[in-house]
Amino acid sequence: MNGRRISYFEASARMRLSGLVDADSFSEFCPPELRQTSPHLAQLGAPQAFDDGVVVGRAKLAGHAVLVAAQEGRFIGGSVGEVHGAKIRGLLDKALVKRPAAVLLLADSGGVRLHEANAGLIAISEIMRAVLRVQAAGIPVFALVGGSCGAFGGMGIVTRLCAEVVMSEQGRLGLSGPEVIETVRGVEEFDSRDRALVWRVTGGKLRRTLGEATRLVDDLIPAFRAAAADLIARYQAHPLAPASLVALLDEQARLAARSERFAGARDGREIWQAAGFADASRVPELSVAEFNLHLGETS
Amino acid sequence: MNAPATPSGRWDNLARSRAGRLARAAGFATGRLVSADSIVPLLEAVIEPGDRVCIEGNNQKQADFLARSLVKTDPARLRDLHLVQSVLALPEHIDLIERGQVSRIDFSFSGPQAGRLARLVESGKITIGAIHTYLELFARYFVDLTPRVALIAAQAADREGNLYTGPNTEDTPAIVEATAFKGGIVIAQVNEIVDRLPRVDIPADWVNFVVQAPTPHYIEPLFTRDPALITEIQVLMGMIAIKGLYAEYGITRLNHGIGFDTAAIELLLPTYAAELGLKGKICTHWALNPHPTLIPAIEAGFVESVHSFGSEVGMERYTAARPDIFFVGQDGSMRSNRAFCQAAGHYACDLFIGSTLQIDLQGNSSTATKGRIAGFGGAPNMGADARGRRHASPAWLRAGREGRGNIAMPRGQKLVVQIVETFREHMQPTFVERLDAWDLAATANMALPPVMIYGEDLTHIITEEGIANLLMCATPQEREQAIRGVAGYTPVGMARDLRMVENLRDRGIIRRPEDLGIRKRDATRDLLAARSVKDLVHASGGLYDPPQQFRNW
Amino acid sequence: MEQFTLTLPSSPLPQDIVRAAICGVVSSGNLEVLVEPGATRDACEIVVNTSAHGFRDIWEAVLKDFAARHDVGGLRLSINDAGATPAVVSLRLDQAFETCAA
Repeated sequence: MNGRRISYFEASARMRLSGLVDADSFSEFCPPELRQTSPHLAQLGAPQAFDDGVVVGRAKLAGHAVLVAAQEGRFIGGSVGEVHGAKIRGLLDKALVKRPAAVLLLADSGGVRLHEANAGLIAISEIMRAVLRVQAAGIPVFALVGGSCGAFGGMGIVTRLCAEVVMSEQGRLGLSGPEVIETVRGVEEFDSRDRALVWRVTGGKLRRTLGEATRLVDDLIPAFRAAAADLIARYQAHPLAPASLVALLDEQARLAARSERFAGARDGREIWQAAGFADASRVPELSVAEFNLHLGETS
Repeated sequence: MNAPATPSGRWDNLARSRAGRLARAAGFATGRLVSADSIVPLLEAVIEPGDRVCIEGNNQKQADFLARSLVKTDPARLRDLHLVQSVLALPEHIDLIERGQVSRIDFSFSGPQAGRLARLVESGKITIGAIHTYLELFARYFVDLTPRVALIAAQAADREGNLYTGPNTEDTPAIVEATAFKGGIVIAQVNEIVDRLPRVDIPADWVNFVVQAPTPHYIEPLFTRDPALITEIQVLMGMIAIKGLYAEYGITRLNHGIGFDTAAIELLLPTYAAELGLKGKICTHWALNPHPTLIPAIEAGFVESVHSFGSEVGMERYTAARPDIFFVGQDGSMRSNRAFCQAAGHYACDLFIGSTLQIDLQGNSSTATKGRIAGFGGAPNMGADARGRRHASPAWLRAGREGRGNIAMPRGQKLVVQIVETFREHMQPTFVERLDAWDLAATANMALPPVMIYGEDLTHIITEEGIANLLMCATPQEREQAIRGVAGYTPVGMARDLRMVENLRDRGIIRRPEDLGIRKRDATRDLLAARSVKDLVHASGGLYDPPQQFRNW
Repeated sequence: MEQFTLTLPSSPLPQDIVRAAICGVVSSGNLEVLVEPGATRDACEIVVNTSAHGFRDIWEAVLKDFAARHDVGGLRLSINDAGATPAVVSLRLDQAFETCAA
């Protein structure tokens, strides 16, 4: 594209997919011409999308078979409705049969679609169980988070269930969105209009520091591709082992300790300081390479 | 000796009045310094009923602490005031009217308070003298609207009362000059009092009192446009402007309005314009605030000089680091000056381009909408032919030839361009048979419909459909069809005479993107030199420090 | 939502399209256009689903110009619109045409 750098953040779900997987390898399930649109939106007189805001299919990535789902953050905030959720869940079910090298979830969603609340909530819980089932069968699921909606609500939980989480610093990950927190707890608790604060608390750099994201990459489609390809190679060499109870208990203990340690923290800066960044206020300005270098040195 | 022919028989009434006011105020100040606690009684001591008062404020910095303090004064003592100021932007400005302390206003712009102001005018609580342009109001400060008391904002003062206004100098010199030299009193709120100022922008003997405000004065980041919000249509219109207008006329000296359309042009200079070989040939000299979206063009070497009306939040370190481009003091920080920059935009620029909300069939344009008295700011001065101009330039002469034909006496004309999409949000047509300004003038009892740019000054209209060159239209009928011919699918556009529009296109009066060799499919956001605020920070080498609300990292 | 279908005469597309193509995203002020093979060779069938009510005249003008600008006979276009301006609609239609003509 004119030799310019292709921003993952700016790209549509379809553009992300076409840049992520091997050229001409993508084959879509439930393509737009099947018109599997949301019955709920139609009843409410709201605009529909022919793919209900998510693109699913199979492809190759660096030669390996993968199944992929890409949420379109610009269609109703990437929200998960009944059809949207069923497409992702069906994709995960197919993984149990097709046994791809990995399933890639390109998350870009504020969570459940409010217009179809119950159906969306059920869909999210089905996706959660399906992710766990797929990974229990030894197939890793990777979440890629770098769109404008980030991964919040149910999609935040789904993302954290994935074996790997690749984020850009523009990507955000959380449970309640900033506006929700401000509405419920007040602006003193969280000022959602202070966008720098929002990103210091939910953005890729903090999530990477806390270990919730396992890779931090530049906001470029090829950077996400390279990270996903590298992860596939790693899981090919060292397949995903079933989670042991001991490992789960260890993880629980680690998270409890972290929760206690940072209970009073009000800002990502405090966590960066604890992580050994010399000037925590400068972390948002660091390039991804500088940031990763620093984490490598301190971890 | 002749006795002076004044009613009091004296020539120094203003000076004696000033001395009396200063004497009354002396108890509330230590020399020139006033504590924040004493400011309300000091204002009550200094201001008299019926005074003309200027509360400094424009579209950027605001003397907000002094405005808040004025609202706390006794309405029985301070009443019947006449506000003479650039902008009615703060709620306190309107509160003063509601409290009955202000009975008359002369101003330029009321953006955020436009709705409240309109209601007060309709209810008869306030009389508007006139709505001016900035330069026009400054001019009247020196003729018949001289402030008796000016409440101004500065970054810092020293203990003598010298002021540092820094990058956001803006209106301060014009206000202080008029007030201080015509018997008035100048009161400055400052963010800090220091032993030594970086430089003196306003000398102490023009200033009567200085108060350190509890919080720094507010500055609105009004000129920050997030590149992420620029649309493909704006990219297309930017390409049309660059290739069809800037390149065509060789525009080197110009002013851009605020808006995403012109931000798109700025971001296309290092890419699209550079590919057309236009570097050094267009857009070298600017009357413009330090727009963050101009950073990539400056870094690419496109720009030689920028003089600014005001500054822009977060651009302080960048402008300081580019003293060859911006006007920077020997202390290293930028100085803006709205009055001079308005004059520069009016007289020394060959082109103004900006957006508007409505354009009628004569080419008059307005941002007025019913129920809001928003005013003008500086656009009418930028967007008007400078009839007093006497220096020539190729672009100006060519526009003059196109507009006046080959008449005996060569004269030039300024290029005044509106760049608009044919529809705004919610399918509101930009092109209309009749401006809402007429209705507003009727309901608010205004002598003039508030027209931003008159059709007689407008030379070109750019829409997504192409360019209309109004200069080359021979008759009013042609002019109307040229406007309809770029008005797209609006009712005005669909009522075009197809044959006449095609004739205008054959004569180059209307030019479509394809006539200019512009392929619409090339109009993508990939062409923008920066596509996010973060890209702008990178382009500035980390010198640009965007406000919090523009960050997503 | 307002829905209507127009069948506009247009010269046949030079070559048949192999598969469906989609352009654009349904977001505020934007639209998606699905391009599929249609029933008749010398007309373009266009199905519009729009959230903006009362602009059918404008849609018809925009779509007629599109069918006159390109040879789109034999195509069926389906549009989901969330309040796009005519400028955006025209741009998206041109992009959809280029996608299937390429």
